[in-house]
Amino acid sequence: MIKRIFIFFMLTLMAMVFFNLASNYTENTSLSKLGRYYVEKGPQELGAPNLVTAVVVTYRGLDTLGEVTVLFISAAGVGLLLRRTRRNQDDDEGLEQGDREEETAIKHKPASEIVETATELLLPMVILFGVYVFMNGHLSPGGGFQGGAIIASGTMFLLLALPESHISRLMIAITESMSGFSYVVVGVLGVVLAGGFLDNRIMDLGTYGSLFSAGAIPLIYLLVGLKVGFELSAVLDRFRKEDTGPV
Amino acid sequence: MNILTDIPVSFIVLCSGLGLILIGLWGMLTQRNMIRMIIGFSLTDTGIHMVMVSIGYVTGGTAPIINDAVPMADAVNRVVDPVPSALVLTAIVIGLGVTAVMLAFAVRIYKARKTLNIDECTESRW
Repeated sequence: MIKRIFIFFMLTLMAMVFFNLASNYTENTSLSKLGRYYVEKGPQELGAPNLVTAVVVTYRGLDTLGEVTVLFISAAGVGLLLRRTRRNQDDDEGLEQGDREEETAIKHKPASEIVETATELLLPMVILFGVYVFMNGHLSPGGGFQGGAIIASGTMFLLLALPESHISRLMIAITESMSGFSYVVVGVLGVVLAGGFLDNRIMDLGTYGSLFSAGAIPLIYLLVGLKVGFELSAVLDRFRKEDTGPV
Repeated sequence: MNILTDIPVSFIVLCSGLGLILIGLWGMLTQRNMIRMIIGFSLTDTGIHMVMVSIGYVTGGTAPIINDAVPMADAVNRVVDPVPSALVLTAIVIGLGVTAVMLAFAVRIYKARKTLNIDECTESRW
């Protein structure tokens, strides 16, 4: 009871803080100084029409590298927590017979033919759309993380429709580590060839607004998109494989 | 004079974001089921993103993408702040990673104890 009162008290305090914040709120009528700098200088300096991309990939590129690292660590953490060990297998053997039968029944129930056919038809398009989103990240809304998430949703689609389908862990690991490594190499090349770490002007800026423009931004987003897509696919696969199939 | 159109959109987004933060905190503090606590975390997370986006809004601004619709010369007066948007993009990805790890822990705890109730995991208390 005391706990409940305490929680209620704390939340009331939080609500009062928030109320103060909200009642003093006035909408901005002009950009902040930093935002103004990015909007004025971004297109000329970096050649990227999408300014959020310019901020994410170049001006705040180090943050993005950290973000990719956090995602990698969390994917590795999920992999570590949900790995199959000999002991886990023994636990599975020790399940009651009823549980076991129920699990097997769930495992072998196939998706309907409509779902399976639609998956085969749509999956390439979903993945193509993901690639489109991250390759156009510097021109239109989108980018590496969004495109990667779309690719992972394609994997989710595959896992829902064809639960028995096999996803190669080795391929995921190789693609993921190669793209992560190349991302850092591109960043270091920025120090050597241009103004600093992750500077996108190591490549020609190209025609403003065309697909191969804005220096290294499409390349970085390609690498980030592949990395995020494969990492999230691996996470989804881990959650599925938890008690079925071989390692 | 319509009262609904007089309120700025960003203010509505800010208030719903703050409300979501409170609901999520309440969920995390009161629920005993781990999955529900994780949902509470997700709600708080989303609320914080909404607050951040609403702070970056500029009256009458559009997406910070320079193209035919937003010419480069006039861009400063017509776009919203790109910095909070970029920060929210980062925050969404981090939130996703944290949620995935929490769910993995929940799966592990469920396998070990056959329960999702946090009150029954007493020996990990300090």
